[in-house]
Amino acid sequence: MSFLTVTYAVLFYAATAILIGGLAYKISVYARTPAPLKIPTTPAPTTTSGVVMRMGREVIFFESLFKSSKWTWLFGWMFHISLALVLIRHLRYFTEPVWFWVSWLQPFGKYAGFFMVLGLLGLWSRRVLVDRVRYISAPSDHLILALLVGIGITGLSMKFVAHTDIVSLKAFILGLMYFDWQPLPADFNLLLHLLLVAVLMIIFPVSKLLHAPGVFFSPTRNQVDNPRETRHLAPWAAPLDSSSAE
Amino acid sequence: MADYETPKLLADVPVVVVPNIKPGAMSHSSPYVAKPDHNIPLGFPGELVENWQEAAIAKMGDILQKYRSIQVYLDSCVKCGACTDKCHYFLGTADPKNMPVARQDLLRKVYRRYYTFAGKYFPKLVGATDLTKEVLDDWYSYYHQCSECRRCSVYCPYGIDTAEISMAAREILDSIGYGQKYCNEIIAKVHKIGNNLGLPGPALEATLEDLEDDIKTETGVDVKLPLNQEGADILLITPSADFFAEPHIDGLIGYAKVFHAAGLSWTMSSYASEAANFSMFIGSYDNMKKQAERIRKAALELGVKRIMVGECGHAWRAAYSFWNTLAGVGHGAAEDDKYARMLQKQLDSSYPVPQHICESTYDLIQQGAIKLDKSANDHRRVTFHDSCNVARASRMGNMPGGQFIIPREVIKAACNNFFDMAPETIHEGTFCCGGGGGLLTDDLMEVRVKGALPRMQALKYVVDEHKVDTLAAICAICKTQFAKVLPYYDFPMHMILSVHQLVGDAVILGSND
Ligand code: HEM
Ligand code: SF4
Ligand code: SF4
Repeated sequence: MSFLTVTYAVLFYAATAILIGGLAYKISVYARTPAPLKIPTTPAPTTTSGVVMRMGREVIFFESLFKSSKWTWLFGWMFHISLALVLIRHLRYFTEPVWFWVSWLQPFGKYAGFFMVLGLLGLWSRRVLVDRVRYISAPSDHLILALLVGIGITGLSMKFVAHTDIVSLKAFILGLMYFDWQPLPADFNLLLHLLLVAVLMIIFPVSKLLHAPGVFFSPTRNQVDNPRETRHLAPWAAPLDSSSAE
Repeated sequence: MADYETPKLLADVPVVVVPNIKPGAMSHSSPYVAKPDHNIPLGFPGELVENWQEAAIAKMGDILQKYRSIQVYLDSCVKCGACTDKCHYFLGTADPKNMPVARQDLLRKVYRRYYTFAGKYFPKLVGATDLTKEVLDDWYSYYHQCSECRRCSVYCPYGIDTAEISMAAREILDSIGYGQKYCNEIIAKVHKIGNNLGLPGPALEATLEDLEDDIKTETGVDVKLPLNQEGADILLITPSADFFAEPHIDGLIGYAKVFHAAGLSWTMSSYASEAANFSMFIGSYDNMKKQAERIRKAALELGVKRIMVGECGHAWRAAYSFWNTLAGVGHGAAEDDKYARMLQKQLDSSYPVPQHICESTYDLIQQGAIKLDKSANDHRRVTFHDSCNVARASRMGNMPGGQFIIPREVIKAACNNFFDMAPETIHEGTFCCGGGGGLLTDDLMEVRVKGALPRMQALKYVVDEHKVDTLAAICAICKTQFAKVLPYYDFPMHMILSVHQLVGDAVILGSND
């Protein structure tokens, strides 16, 4: 086994552990922390199924963002929907035989990479050109965009410029999954692509990428508007009652 | 101090132009600091404690464990910038720290420094900073340039609510003895006397009697304003500004006329003579609960069946969204919830508790229980200002958005000439009056005047377009703020009215005699 293969194998085990462990930890913190007061941004749904619909519209269509900024919505939505397609497309490297719906989506996924990079460049240009957005940007905000653009471009170049050895790559990935390591093709573009992906996985649970789980826990979006009909009480607030109940 | 200019209104457009940022434009704005007399009754240290840095960071940790909103919001912002042009204080001052995300970042950069991996080890990269005195003063300044109006939360893709962040920041400031005088002084008065004004029972009684005389002189009808009447059906809790301020008082007369015309049995309470709950503005759960429990106690003692709330924006939020949680004033407590059941079993379950005065008046109009003569308001051309807390933090009626429909239907039932302001400036997108969230104090006049700009621009458009001469509102803070800032923008001060003044002028009395 080459030094390269071992390094990347260890890197990906570590990155996966950090991603999953980190996210699980953060999600458990969000789930454990109570929301003591009813604070949905109104008008809000008055039923649980209404809340599921509201959340669905936020996550799938970015409804609120659409209301606020059409350009950010356009680029942001283009980027995310493309990212979702690209990720689904990547499942074929992890499954044998490839799931039918994954192969069914292949033709759409093929060009999604372009739109993903285009969306990212649109977002990045807003970050540079609009004085308000420039003001709120920290170096990390630019670097995350650079990282994603880097992943996109190295990926696209393997697809459309210099093909890599997909068959060996798939063997490497399946090998990682089944603890039966196979050699990784030593192709510069591929190595860079994989390195950047590992970095993305590692920073995910310690960066603003936490917005992905965060949105589901946002009390202004996930609460039912029914404070007059049911009494909502956080565990830490409940004991305050008895002390004053005569 | 009046070395600032009132912003200029534009011709022929309902919305202001988004300004280029002017860093530091409002860094001088900061309200009077609370003194020990104001702080101690609220359970806060009298003045800035010596180990404030350590104490503030510890308090932040405590809040992070108690409030999911804060934990999620401090992590989740992606700096997309969608909220940057949504705050009226930014639009009016151009100070970039008045952009909602930048206001959050004042707290977030400290959160990151002390509570996140990235901020501990790579502070420069993620814009994390130590909590210095300079940062603390920035908090004090800019968290008192937020009216907690939640407009930003509507437009953020994750619903990040800067109002929550400002409340948390003020809670931290209070916990180290660095609170704001205006709010804390008022809350102390409520704890002691029962209302924001510090108006004691006998004075309140005298005021109400005078008002009864005034109504009698004006209409010839004996309209009552009952106080502390045991066994009444309805307990009305109204902002204490309704007892003395203009134009609020005419709203109170309006409620009384409606109750009279409909033949309802009602009372007010001198013990719970305040609907406002300024403890919400400072994010203090304990004080908020203490204030809400006055209503619970009054309702139990008077034995009422219904609880109604007068015209006040944040009070309606506190009442609608929080009273059930804080004091069991609502319905639907669990079987084993003795505390809440004690009150709830006494209340009439066929009415919502608490109920907004507009919900009640609307129902009475629908049922034909009161009759209005619209022509009484024919000399007025009216528009309506959606108050932020009613629009974005509560509801009326039984469907989402009822808070927009019901007050408008009440107005339209009372007058013939009604014109809405531009759609992007009303309903959930409404612009704050500029004086909410504990900023309604003279030491913050500059930010109040500038923050009113987007609302004034929308108003100018309907004044020019439809010759509107009356701005109706259902919030005590909005009414006071508008009475003060309208003249800065060359509108007459008396444009602002209570919705129930319109109703009171139109309602036909005596149908019940
Ligand atoms: C539940 C899933 C997700 C939802 C609902 C979501 C939603 C959003 C929204 C609404 C924005 C703001 C608009 C924009 O700038 O695009 C945003 C920004 C962003 N998202 Fe997501 N996202 C999700 C998952 C992800 C994932 C998995 C990644 C990356 C691996 C990601 C990366 C980003 C980045 C980098 C930005 C900031 C773009 C900028 O700098 O302007 N998101 N996300
Ligand atoms: S809209 Fe929300 S996510 Fe975007 S910058 Fe503002 S607070 Fe952050
Ligand atoms: S809550 Fe209102 S005042 Fe505060 S930052 Fe958001 S928009 Fe501005």
